[in-house]
Amino acid sequence: MTTLTPTEDETMLRDAARGFLDDAAPVSNLRANRDAGRPYDPALWDEMVKMGWAGVLIGEDDGGSDMGFAAANTLAEEMGRTLAASPFLSTAVIAATTLRRAGAPGLAEIASGAATYALAIDEGPKFAPAATRMAARADGNGFSLSGTKTFVGEGTSATRLLVLAQSEAGPTLFSIDAERAGISREKLDLVDSRDHARITFDDVVATGEDVVGEVGQGLAALAPGLRAGQAALAAELTGLSAGAFAMTAGYLKERKQFGRHIGSFQALQHRAAHLWSEIEVTASTIVNAGRVLDATPDEADLAVSLAKARATETANLAVREGVQMHGGIGMTDDFDMGFYMKRARVAAEWLGDYGYHAAVVARARGDAA
Amino acid sequence: MTATDDARLDAFRDEIAGWIDANAPSSLRDRPFSEDDICWGGKRWTFKSEDQKTWLDACAARGLTAPTWPVEYGGAGFSRAQDKIFRETLDRLRVKKPLDSFGLWMLGPALLAFGTEEQKRHFLPQITRGEIRWCQGYSEPGAGSDLASVQTHAEDKGDHWLVNGQKIWTSYADQADWIFALIRTDREAPKHRGISFMLIDMESEGVTTRPIRLISGKSPFCETFFDNVRVPKSYGEGISSIVGEENRGWDVAKHLLTHEREMIGGGGSGLTGGRSVASVLADDGVDDPVIRARAMKLGVDELAMNLTLERYKDMAKQGGVGNASAMLKYYGTELNKARFELLMAAGGSDALAWDGVHGTLAPEWLRTKANSIEGGTSEVMLDILAKRVLELPSE
Repeated sequence: MTTLTPTEDETMLRDAARGFLDDAAPVSNLRANRDAGRPYDPALWDEMVKMGWAGVLIGEDDGGSDMGFAAANTLAEEMGRTLAASPFLSTAVIAATTLRRAGAPGLAEIASGAATYALAIDEGPKFAPAATRMAARADGNGFSLSGTKTFVGEGTSATRLLVLAQSEAGPTLFSIDAERAGISREKLDLVDSRDHARITFDDVVATGEDVVGEVGQGLAALAPGLRAGQAALAAELTGLSAGAFAMTAGYLKERKQFGRHIGSFQALQHRAAHLWSEIEVTASTIVNAGRVLDATPDEADLAVSLAKARATETANLAVREGVQMHGGIGMTDDFDMGFYMKRARVAAEWLGDYGYHAAVVARARGDAA
Repeated sequence: MTATDDARLDAFRDEIAGWIDANAPSSLRDRPFSEDDICWGGKRWTFKSEDQKTWLDACAARGLTAPTWPVEYGGAGFSRAQDKIFRETLDRLRVKKPLDSFGLWMLGPALLAFGTEEQKRHFLPQITRGEIRWCQGYSEPGAGSDLASVQTHAEDKGDHWLVNGQKIWTSYADQADWIFALIRTDREAPKHRGISFMLIDMESEGVTTRPIRLISGKSPFCETFFDNVRVPKSYGEGISSIVGEENRGWDVAKHLLTHEREMIGGGGSGLTGGRSVASVLADDGVDDPVIRARAMKLGVDELAMNLTLERYKDMAKQGGVGNASAMLKYYGTELNKARFELLMAAGGSDALAWDGVHGTLAPEWLRTKANSIEGGTSEVMLDILAKRVLELPSE
């Protein structure tokens, strides 16, 4: 009988991840990356690969640790707590799950750290995979890809791309080398200081071997990886909420005004207690999403969208309250709370915003939305 | 949990389903149940049907009115896993619970935790058989959120206590046989240290009740007056009229309040049951994008809360939840109020009748306003979370 409390293995993994990240990737790491103009610290990713995190969703035959979705969520949640930047989500969660389910090549390279992936899917300001317009024109035995993708996480650094385009038979998913002729990548300087890109495809040649899943079935091929990515991103946002909240609660216990700790004021106590409640309620949806993905991965839309919707909303509250309760210092670049606020905003939009996921939940419950 | 455990539970599931199927009267299954179907039991109880009595007696004989209580006190001695299966099976077969009562929900758990062996053997079986209906005497006109300032007082008269004072919000006191009440037995002690948890026969001379008419038009609560009521110190060998130690009733009350909060927060697990906002909109042919959007958000929050109730139950099994249960009470009751506000908005003027096309939606909506007051207000819950869970400073 599975429960919504962590197993012993999960608790051990969480403790190990937290110990490692507190030491190797505190928030100051993100600041250093930003100031150096670096999307993430490659040495940190090497360490994660060595610990088996890149292969968390890859079978042992391909060199993975095959720990499952709940474990992947646990890792993502801990990374969210310290805002650790890495190719984990795009590569180890989204790409690994997508390629594995499709029986496509590339898993051993992910597990070993030889390859990193970016998911090139968005074409406008909102997540809408079904509305993909980028063309995959039939060209000889293969395809010619033309169009522009935006908001591609890990887009400038990834060695490979998963890209969704419209062929005559319908949306088709391709896995291609990021350096292939005709691809140009432009860094998007977004508020969270992470790696995002706008990628232009100009008659890029793709063969049948580059197709992931079936031609015309790109949305189906992408679905397992997307669900896994959305769940892990929700987990990251929940870790982010907890990290921001810990800073805020710490400040309430330390900062004095009017001769008292500001945490003794009932106006702030009730807001802090409400925020804590929201985080607790959201945490349940994260555990549940991991459980459902591990048990019935193809019937996880409701669980995953519930988690992403809740996590988005909760993180938003956590960072708004974080800045407000810190007062002036919360507005300064010297202080870390701003990093939490900026990452929360970016992660809120990535892979579907609140409205997108709330609509999935409503449809899954049978309420026409 | 091992494979053998799972196999045992599967066998249990089959056995209990078979028993329910063979014993539950057809009039108490396969239909929606309302407040009118509840069996409260007690000396003054008039059974709604012969079937209601048959079902109660059959369940009581097997300990199934209090499945987790030990067999020697009238329970079935079920583990939590077995209890969960039993409840799920009742739901699945759509069979009405045999008995609801404050004795089962509150006094029983208090006696199991704080009572003497004799108290348990005397009082618990009367509860499980539905013979005695209990009510709860906590709040007073001057002791609401500040419950520990109760003034109803018991004077020590040697072989008995002489009780004077007034309780308020005593649920169904006018139909109850006995009351468990917080009574001040030491006026000199600090306020938390002079209260006893006392069991009083409502038929005692000097006890009177008066129902309070609420905004919902109903009167589930009463004022209860104690006017020179003689309460024996003992109801028999080892059966004190006080549960736990004299003057330490606050410990019992706190224990019970935690229990009560988990229950109210759960809203009877009906958060996603019952009518949906979308169905009310559809019934009325209303298409309002604002209400629809609010309903979508509420849907997300309700599902998340249901998972949280489940997660907290799992946590409770593994060592406890403690003061964090205040979160369930706060969050669950606020959600339930929001749901009824939205149902009313969806129903428009059709929802305004006391009894109309949407049934008794209006009085139910009004009733929910008490959710965040009874058992500790939302503000008291937030205080508990801030002080006890977050450990925010007091000055």
